[in-house]
Amino acid sequence: MNKVEEIKTISGVNPLKCMKCGKCSASCPSFNEMDIKPHQFVTYVINDDVEALANSKSAWKCLSCFACIERCPRDVKPGKVIDAARQILIRQRGQEGLSADEIPALLDEETPQQLLMSAFRKYRR
Amino acid sequence: MKYSYFPGCTLRNKAKDLDDYARACAEKLGFTLEELTDWQCCGGVYPLGADEIASKLPSVRALNGAKEKQQDLVAVCSACYHVLKRVNDDMANVADIQTRANNYMALSEPYKGEAKVLHYLEVLRDKVGFDNLKKQVVNPLTGRKIGAYYGCLLLRPGSVMNFDDPENPTIMEDFIRALGAEPVVYPYRNECCGGYISIKEKEHSAALCRRITDSAAGFQADCLVTACPLCKYNLENNSELPIVYFTELLAEALGIKEVR
Ligand code: SF4
Ligand code: SF4
Ligand code: SF4
Ligand code: SF4
Repeated sequence: MNKVEEIKTISGVNPLKCMKCGKCSASCPSFNEMDIKPHQFVTYVINDDVEALANSKSAWKCLSCFACIERCPRDVKPGKVIDAARQILIRQRGQEGLSADEIPALLDEETPQQLLMSAFRKYRR
Repeated sequence: MKYSYFPGCTLRNKAKDLDDYARACAEKLGFTLEELTDWQCCGGVYPLGADEIASKLPSVRALNGAKEKQQDLVAVCSACYHVLKRVNDDMANVADIQTRANNYMALSEPYKGEAKVLHYLEVLRDKVGFDNLKKQVVNPLTGRKIGAYYGCLLLRPGSVMNFDDPENPTIMEDFIRALGAEPVVYPYRNECCGGYISIKEKEHSAALCRRITDSAAGFQADCLVTACPLCKYNLENNSELPIVYFTELLAEALGIKEVR
C-alpha cells in the first residue's frame, strides 16, 4: 500500500469532501504551533504529498481535542488525518516520539496515570 | 438502582478523591456503583485509527461485562467515559470493527454495542434528577462562584458522545446550581487544556491552560470544577485558581466531606 492509501485507510477519511472553508484551522488550539495547518493537511493528502506531512511538525502538535472534527461542515475529520500521519510514523521502528528512557525525567509527584497512558498511545506503538 | 462501574486506572491512584466521593455520594443518593471485576485500563485516548483493534479490546471487555450483568456502565473520569462510549459506538455501528473484535474475544455471544455508557453526571441529571439532588443538599454551597470546565472529551465529537450541546453545554452549570452555588459561564470552558502534550511540551499546554483560567478568573470564578484528572493536573500546574473534582463539590454539599 502506498502512503496515501495508508493514510486514507487508517483515517477512514475521504479528503475530496473538503471544501476548504478553513473552519478546522480556525478552531484548532495548536494552529500557531503547526507548520502545515489542519485544512492544508487535507489538501496534502489530495495532492499525494504524504512525505511532507510525515516530515512536518504538525503531526506531533495535534492534541486530539476534536474541535476540527466537531466543526467541519463536510464531516471530513481533519484530526483523524493528522493522527493517521502520526500513526504511520510511530508504527516505524525508531520513529516514536517518546523513548522509554526519557520518561522518568518527565514525571512528577502529581502526574496522573492517565497522562502516562495517553502519552504511550500518542507517542509510541 | 445498580450500575456497573468502571473506575479507571487514575481513579485508583492519583485521583482517589474522584472515586471515593463518587461511590459515597451514590449511596447517599440511592444508587450503587458495582465495580466490574477484572477491568483493564482503557488506554486514556480513543484509538482513532480505523485499523486499530487490539487497543480497543479492554473497553469491549468492560462493555460486555456490563451487558452480561444487564446494567448500564458508569464512568466518572471524562477520558474513560470518552473511550468507552466511542468504542461502544464502533461495536454497534462499524461492521469491520465489530467482526474483528468479536473474533478476538470469542465470547459466548458476540458483543454488538448493547451496553449503555453513562457518565456519573448523566446519572445525576437523568436518573436522580437535579431537582431531586437539590432537595438532598444539606450544605448548600451558597455564595461560591464556580466555573465548569468541560474540556474536550466529555463533549466531542457530539454526534457520538451525545452528552450535551458540544458548543454550549449546560449540565455542569445545572449541577453547580443544584448544589446551591452560582455557575460562572466563561468562553473557554470547552477549549482544550493541551491534554497529553504536557508530558513533553509543558509550555504549549501552559499557554492553553492560562487562557482558560484567565478567562474564568476574569468572570470572577473562585474555582473550577472538572471530571478529568488530566485537566486538573494541567490546569493546576498553570494557575492559582483552585481546581476541584465535581464529586468533591457533591460530597461537600451532601455533607459527606467537610466544607472547605
Ligand atoms: S473544516 Fe472541513 S471542509 Fe472546512 S477546510 Fe477543514 S476539512 Fe475542509
Ligand atoms: S484535533 Fe488536532 S487538528 Fe483538530 S483542532 Fe484539535 S488539535 Fe487541531
Ligand atoms: S481513561 Fe484514564 S483513567 Fe480511565 S482507565 Fe483509561 S487511562 Fe485510566
Ligand atoms: S481538556 Fe485536556 S485533559 Fe481535559 S479533556 Fe481535553 S485534553 Fe483532556
